[in-house]
Amino acid sequence: MIRASRLSIHLPGFAVQEVDLSVAQGEFFALIGPTGSGKTLILEALAGLIRPTKGRVLLEGRDVTSLPPEKRRIGIVYQDNALFPHLSVSKNITYGLRYTPNGEGQRVERLLETLGLAPLRDRDVTTLSGGEAQRVALARALAVEPRVLLLDEPLSALDPAFRHELQVLLKRLHQDTGLTCLMVSHDFGEVMSLAQRVAVLNQGRLEQTGGVEDIFQRPATPFVARFVGMKNVFAAEFRGRTAQVGELSLILDCEPPKLDGHVAMRPDKVRVELNGEAVRPGENRFGGRLRGILDLGPIWEARVDSGGLDFCCLISAEQAGRLIPLVGQRVSLGVRAGDIHII
Amino acid sequence: MSKRFIKPDPFRWLIFTSSAIILAFIFLPLLQMSTDPTLADMAESLADPDVRQAIFLSIYASGLAALISLVFGTPLAYLLARREFRGKKLLESAVDLPIMIPHPVIGIAILSIAGAGHPLGDLLHYFGIKVMGTLTGLVSVLVFVGLPFHINAARNGFQAVPERLEKVSRSLGSSLAGAFFRITLPLAWRSLLSGVIMCLARAISEFGAVVIVAYHPMTAPVMIYERFTAYGLKYSQPVAVWLILVSLALFVVLRVVSLPKGKAV
Repeated sequence: MIRASRLSIHLPGFAVQEVDLSVAQGEFFALIGPTGSGKTLILEALAGLIRPTKGRVLLEGRDVTSLPPEKRRIGIVYQDNALFPHLSVSKNITYGLRYTPNGEGQRVERLLETLGLAPLRDRDVTTLSGGEAQRVALARALAVEPRVLLLDEPLSALDPAFRHELQVLLKRLHQDTGLTCLMVSHDFGEVMSLAQRVAVLNQGRLEQTGGVEDIFQRPATPFVARFVGMKNVFAAEFRGRTAQVGELSLILDCEPPKLDGHVAMRPDKVRVELNGEAVRPGENRFGGRLRGILDLGPIWEARVDSGGLDFCCLISAEQAGRLIPLVGQRVSLGVRAGDIHII
Repeated sequence: MSKRFIKPDPFRWLIFTSSAIILAFIFLPLLQMSTDPTLADMAESLADPDVRQAIFLSIYASGLAALISLVFGTPLAYLLARREFRGKKLLESAVDLPIMIPHPVIGIAILSIAGAGHPLGDLLHYFGIKVMGTLTGLVSVLVFVGLPFHINAARNGFQAVPERLEKVSRSLGSSLAGAFFRITLPLAWRSLLSGVIMCLARAISEFGAVVIVAYHPMTAPVMIYERFTAYGLKYSQPVAVWLILVSLALFVVLRVVSLPKGKAV
């Protein structure tokens, strides 16, 4: 396992502050957060590639904070694959073997087979496709049998087809080898498919750490709620099972243990209704003015102003067709008490 | 059938005309000087052992200076390419100082620290090392004037190698030195060689600092100057042409070596 304890990295104009992170043996852990939140810095500090200002890095229980990267056996795969352009595919993959005690032999052959790289072994790496290059980068990192594998957005630069293929490959590799993996990602689909636990980073600080379900369904802070796609996050005062959000009173499905906080609703859980439709059981219903409708591709987004609050709702193309003539007019919004998340 | 013409773009004409004027400005004097001496003048000049010695000394001392710049300038170039630190901009400007300072001043500066009374001068004297009028002094000033060219070229070369390659190399077990020699150097060597060529070129052409520190042993530029002032243009030209020819041959060879595979000279 690998652990960061109160890890701080100070750079001019930016700081990672007191991050506590622990990835269990064999776990697939994801670190998510907006661009520039310090995710790559944390990975590089864990690998020993940058020196933390404060805090410790523990690898399998041993303090490795002052150990140089070459002594840690922590592999890293970057988004841009960082292949050595002057070496062939096989020389890239076997690059680290001279430093490992076990030598090469069957391990590399097995990796080439597993990752489908055998036919490419003599190729110049500059001629590879994005997916092939990333598989080579993965093979190169795995060839030295790292204790921990760090993946810095390994799929984000790939075409969708290659991305899915490599995602499946990563999942299979993790299941087969039981390797401890820490991945930085922006893609929630990837995270939900691969990771067992997730940490959310915001401006160099950890906002929340937990299971995938916790992060995406039960965000602990307004930032995490917004980051995981709950676009309707509002400050609220709680009285019993009621949340007072601006001028709106929303019925909740449980009594919050505090007097004030936030409520968060996923945009796909807030329904836009034409006026006059029946209220469903357990549903909050309130009026608002339809401000506009935006085509997002497969789905549409409706913005509704209700009591000074800007609600974002995802709707189908069919529903959008019915609502477009009503832009600027009053509509009803509906949200079930159970779909209101309390923060 | 009417012919159709593409209307000439005035900007294109401006570019071509300016380029032609500049190229003429560079090549006309050199061409004139190179064609002035007769073959007999050239042969006579080459038969003079002093001329051969001066050209050899110019190339030899400049080669030594370029080699010293490579060995001692490359680490600083790497540092400037890879590290951010307070005062870095100041240091980069300081590296460029020898380009800006009038070159006789460089000669005087070198002499001022190498003379008696200065701790360094005393130390050199203690070890029997003389600067004034020696190959040591000559190479010292050539290193001084050539270093910025090598350091800047090497720094640009190192900057062009993504630092992530070194990081990956280290994560795979390589030491800092291992990452440098197995990854960075093989990818940046052309820039380093380019820096050496620039340094060599600058050193071969140096006159101002050399004439202060080492009038003798005589390098080719000093000899050209001496012959020009003592005997006139006609007598100095063959030496100048020989220096140009030898330097040109050397640079063409080095440039060919430094070019990527398949690239034309």
